[in-house]
Amino acid sequence: MSLIYIKNLTRLYQMGTETIHALRDVSLTIEQGEYLAIMGPSGSGKSTLMNLLGCLDTPSSGEFELNGSKVSEMDDNQLAEIRNQEIGFVFQSFNLLARSDALHNVELPLIYAGYPAEERRQMAMAALEHVKLGDRVHHKPNELSGGQRQRVAIARALVNNPSIILADEPTGNLDSRTGVEILSLFEELSVKGNTIIVVTHEEDVARHARRIIRLRDGLIASDAVNENPFTIQSLGREPEHV
Amino acid sequence: MTLGAEITESLAIALAALRANKLRSGLTTLGIVIGIVTVTLMGTAIEGINQSFKKVVSGLGTDVLYVQKFAWFSNDEWWKVRNRRDITLATARAIERQVTMARVVVPEAFSRQTVKHKNRSASSVAIVGTTDQNFLARGFSISSGRFMSAAEAEGGRPICILGADIATKFFRNESPLGEKITIGGNSFEIVGVMAPFDKFLGLGSDNHVLIPITQLKSMFDLRPEVQILVKVLDVKMMDDAREELRGILRKIRSVPPGMPDDFGINQQDAFIQRFNQVGGMLATVGLFITGLSLFVGGIGIMNIMFVSVAERTKEIGIRKAIGAKRRTILIQFLIEAATICLFGGLIGLAIAFPITLVMSKYLSGTMSITVALVGLVVSLVTGVVSGFLPAWRASKMNPVDALRSE
Repeated sequence: MSLIYIKNLTRLYQMGTETIHALRDVSLTIEQGEYLAIMGPSGSGKSTLMNLLGCLDTPSSGEFELNGSKVSEMDDNQLAEIRNQEIGFVFQSFNLLARSDALHNVELPLIYAGYPAEERRQMAMAALEHVKLGDRVHHKPNELSGGQRQRVAIARALVNNPSIILADEPTGNLDSRTGVEILSLFEELSVKGNTIIVVTHEEDVARHARRIIRLRDGLIASDAVNENPFTIQSLGREPEHV
Repeated sequence: MTLGAEITESLAIALAALRANKLRSGLTTLGIVIGIVTVTLMGTAIEGINQSFKKVVSGLGTDVLYVQKFAWFSNDEWWKVRNRRDITLATARAIERQVTMARVVVPEAFSRQTVKHKNRSASSVAIVGTTDQNFLARGFSISSGRFMSAAEAEGGRPICILGADIATKFFRNESPLGEKITIGGNSFEIVGVMAPFDKFLGLGSDNHVLIPITQLKSMFDLRPEVQILVKVLDVKMMDDAREELRGILRKIRSVPPGMPDDFGINQQDAFIQRFNQVGGMLATVGLFITGLSLFVGGIGIMNIMFVSVAERTKEIGIRKAIGAKRRTILIQFLIEAATICLFGGLIGLAIAFPITLVMSKYLSGTMSITVALVGLVVSLVTGVVSGFLPAWRASKMNPVDALRSE
């Protein structure tokens, strides 16, 4: 069974009297452990596809199964539960809670999942150490650099052991050196067997993935295996820690 | 997510949000503070009035019938009753002879006189002429000395018993017993001092002087207007005793059959009923008016919660993306509103409590636990009610749109 099974997925938006086809009849399967990039210019439907994959939105028609559950038929509360358990989001603008420290930000999915306080503290600490922020747990987002913030966000995405890590332009707000660090972290996670989907319009980011899907006008223009993925290791360059 | 964890998390968020917007939260809370202060003060005042009233009224005695010229509460036209004949001392004696269901029958007559002792004087003091059994009907006690004897009541020596306030007014440091006091130009010997009454409504005053009714008649008023206190043997016999009394009075006063009574037999039930009616209405109106200020405070809370929800759209989006359900978001904002209101309630109580201490000098009873608890519950409910609409709007937000907002 595939991790993600999508068939004839369509998403329409009503803008006044005009109907916009953000996504037309997209069909797609994604297997466990893939490192996938979704590319396309703005207006190609990649954000819409990401929202659907992230269970933030429901399709107008078509089927979407995630880990065997039919997401396309779920209500708001079931979607919230699926997002909590199956999806780890990494956003371009980090989307951390500004008033909470790193630890609490990472704990948040565990709070919503109902873990007891002591257990979630330990899990969050482990996740922060995993992204090498064990010494920054009580810093608030505005006391952290961009790269550190994104690593907190990745720790938050990882902490609940989701099926998919869904990253939307994860390096878009970072300088290139810090961006490389984040990508190397993804690489490492991918090697460990995590499923990673990166939505981007940057070729530099996409070429790290093992498979690249290109969207155009709401349709899949191409879906190809990246024969020669670009790895940080292949550059022979160890990421530096900030 | 368990409800307990949800509430703990929401409380932490609420406190952080309040801290982040101190001035705004403070101003919003002020509305609730004012509301709770007025409501609890009103509640305490109403409760105090009720308590004082009950204490005073129970001093009147539930088992006493008052025979008077007029009923306390009647719908008779004044011109029909104004020519009624007086109740006299003779009426009291006649009742005493004929009544079977009474423990004591005590007449009382009133006069206002100037009281003097040495260089001190008080004008227009209530002088009550009565008999030796008055204290049985009125239920007061003597703090020093004694009450009048039967012989004194029948017209022996001019003696008097002082109310507690009169006694302290004229005799600061010495004992009044055995002293002479001048009432309306006549000299009376003080034989006793009454224990103080509860001060309220001017009933059961400590500012009067009791003298034998025969003395009052001969010295101040030849035809005094008398009221007769009839203390019934048992409270259960009130209705029967009332009927018996009515029969006796009609006979004495020769009221022809078929004509209405030309006298009133009053009892404190009527007083209590009337008071409850009026008091209940006053309480309702008072609480309604003060409740309005709480309502205005609630509108303030609703307003600020809408602002808070709008400001934190992004946060709501993040929380939803990470797995917060509608219920979680709803509870989060409800708790935030409730926390503001509860703070307001606590501050309000802290302000109202000292004020009720001052009030207690005039009304019996300070703020009761009940009033305080009701105040807190009311503030909590105000928070939940006024926070509901904004919280509902937040919980219904679409995560995609919420995340996109800046």
